[in-house]
Amino acid sequence: MAEQAHASPKTKNNKIGAFLSSKKVVPYIFVLPFFLSFSILTLYPAINGIIMSFRQILPGVVENVGFENYARVFNLNFYDALWNTVIYVFWTTMLLTVVPMLLAIFLNSKTIKLKTIFRASLFVPALTSTIVGGMIFRLMFSESSSAIGNQLMSLIGLGPIEWRYSAITAMFLMVVLAFWRWTGVNLLYYLAALQNISESLYEQADIDGASAWDKLRLITIPHLKPITVFVSTITIINGFRMFEESFVYWEATSPGNIGLTIVGYIYQQGVGQNDLGFGAAIGVVLMIIIFIISTIYLGITGTFGKGNNK
Amino acid sequence: MNRKTLLLLTTTAFFVSACANDGETGTSTDEVETIGSDAENAEEITLWTFAPQHIDLYGDAAERWNEEFPDRPIDLVAETYPFEQMHNNLLLAVQSGTGLPDIVDIELGQYPNFMEGIIQFEPMNEYVEPILDKVVDSRYELYSRDGNYYGIPTHVGATVMYYNTEIMDEAGVDIDEIVTWDDFVEAGKQVVENTDSTMWNVGTEDWLMDMWPMISQRDSDAIDENGEVILDNEANVETLQFLYDALYVDEIAELTPGGMNQSEEFYGYFLDEGSASILAPLWYMGRFVDNMPDLEGKIAIRPMPAWKEGGNRSAGMGGTGTVVTKAADNVELSKEFLAYAKMSEEANINLWTILGFDPPRFDTWESEEVRNPDNVYYEYFGDNIFDVLLDVRDEINTLNVTADTPNVINEYHTHVTFNVLRNRTETPKEALERSAKVVRSLQRD
Repeated sequence: MAEQAHASPKTKNNKIGAFLSSKKVVPYIFVLPFFLSFSILTLYPAINGIIMSFRQILPGVVENVGFENYARVFNLNFYDALWNTVIYVFWTTMLLTVVPMLLAIFLNSKTIKLKTIFRASLFVPALTSTIVGGMIFRLMFSESSSAIGNQLMSLIGLGPIEWRYSAITAMFLMVVLAFWRWTGVNLLYYLAALQNISESLYEQADIDGASAWDKLRLITIPHLKPITVFVSTITIINGFRMFEESFVYWEATSPGNIGLTIVGYIYQQGVGQNDLGFGAAIGVVLMIIIFIISTIYLGITGTFGKGNNK
Repeated sequence: MNRKTLLLLTTTAFFVSACANDGETGTSTDEVETIGSDAENAEEITLWTFAPQHIDLYGDAAERWNEEFPDRPIDLVAETYPFEQMHNNLLLAVQSGTGLPDIVDIELGQYPNFMEGIIQFEPMNEYVEPILDKVVDSRYELYSRDGNYYGIPTHVGATVMYYNTEIMDEAGVDIDEIVTWDDFVEAGKQVVENTDSTMWNVGTEDWLMDMWPMISQRDSDAIDENGEVILDNEANVETLQFLYDALYVDEIAELTPGGMNQSEEFYGYFLDEGSASILAPLWYMGRFVDNMPDLEGKIAIRPMPAWKEGGNRSAGMGGTGTVVTKAADNVELSKEFLAYAKMSEEANINLWTILGFDPPRFDTWESEEVRNPDNVYYEYFGDNIFDVLLDVRDEINTLNVTADTPNVINEYHTHVTFNVLRNRTETPKEALERSAKVVRSLQRD
């Protein structure tokens, strides 16, 4: 064993090997890659971003400007961006929790045939990039009356719509793109969670004479709660970080700011207008918003106290 | 659900999102062209541009240079990038101080971004000052800061009115009678009444095709010479009201299809005689020749209508300033070559004959080479192009372009046109005041 190895220099390698595989060290080695990539790719840029938000960065001149960038953040366009983002988060969170949950329950039921085909086809959109998928959506919802979107509208007797030029249809376009793309992923989470619900619960419910609705309401949905919290939390966070779904329709600027999101605003000001410090300040404000909202949300859903009970 | 499942789910989510975030921008150039001498002592000059046609001009200059100065040969390496990518790359190079080319083309709207901090470009004063009395100096002023001339302009960009003469004849309008904007509106009413076309188009994403030239010609601007935002001043509110009236009160105009007159939608519409006139700089001639060849011989060029008789009849719009960077391997040679390629008489003649631009040096406007009728633009538009230009030469105001300019353009395209011209939910005054407020609140101290 390792304890005897110190006797000879030949066994030095063994010693290191033994040290590395000792129970105290191994866990750290396993988590090391994560911490390395986290510190290099996330923590370091994040800290730098915070420092940058107090600076004005110009060619050859970097000066500290205190809170000046923050003083400029809260302007009318930022409020437009914030409002759009909040509405977008609301709709995506609603749709991307309820619909995948129901789909998962359907696809999990024994009566449905060709389940794997349904599952696969619902998951495929997640494998494309938003930009590529979005370009197709953009064509489908173009202004011309021959585009698919407007053809459908004419079926229900409505004239061609300029989808990208009004606030409501603009929001619809962004939400529908996110919905199309992420339903399959969330569906997988729910399918996995459904496998964890014990069959015996349903058998017992059958004996007690419960209806299908009762079983759904009293067994399935409560047991899915942890995964619902998880899915809705990542949807909220992803919603606040949304960028591509807007960029693909309007790039950096949209008429009347109907497609402007907070991250879009960072891009527009930070990169497009060469105001990196200001962009960083918007980013820090966004980080604070996400932090507060997720904390409140996890608090309401009771996620914090739970660790001890398990 | 236990923690392991949660961990598994989170890692899956991470991988899925990681796979999905494949960016769509590369750093590769569209094209690299090497023009010049393979002699061993040839100095290499690197050049970036976003407009591939500009390379024809520089390439021609490099060849002439090597013939004229065989003892100092140069080897020009010209790289073309897409518009946004080139400017973003250049910003990063300027910020970090590495990877800069020797010479680079910068678009006017992007130019202010490079005039902040310590300017990383070489002043061209020794070449500019001797010829200042032979050029439309407002175009040189655009790219200057504190008495230093950095960018060399590519054209005057004189804004003119292009009329479809067939429609005008059908409507019974004599375009030489259109002197003021009021005349223009009257003529427009005649066109609308007597033909199937409308008179004109107002763009929703076309700041420099209507609003900007029209406020510039009445001595206003979005930003004054002291850098104050005056987007919401009285002249500008009146001008926007004029655009609104053209659309909804006098009904002589429609919103530009595609939002701007440099769009496929618009080219098709104008070919179909959707409207009878286009307000645009002279460099828009290239768009006619390339995208609307069927209208050859049917388009006439006239000065812009003035706000009042005797008022300014043009404005200089758009542009590219070419600079030599401080990082250039051989600064003096690069400057000399840039002057040779864009500022000499020969170069200005080439700006016209090769690119169809109205060259900034007006001493070339009457030269034999420029007046040579064997030219695609004369064939298309008739031979009065430079007469119009000489006529309006002194009626072009300098634009005030500052770090706030990109924000102004952004506000005009996103807020003002959308709420005033498209949705009609705000008055010109309300919209311009709101936008001016946003631009002011974004200003740095």
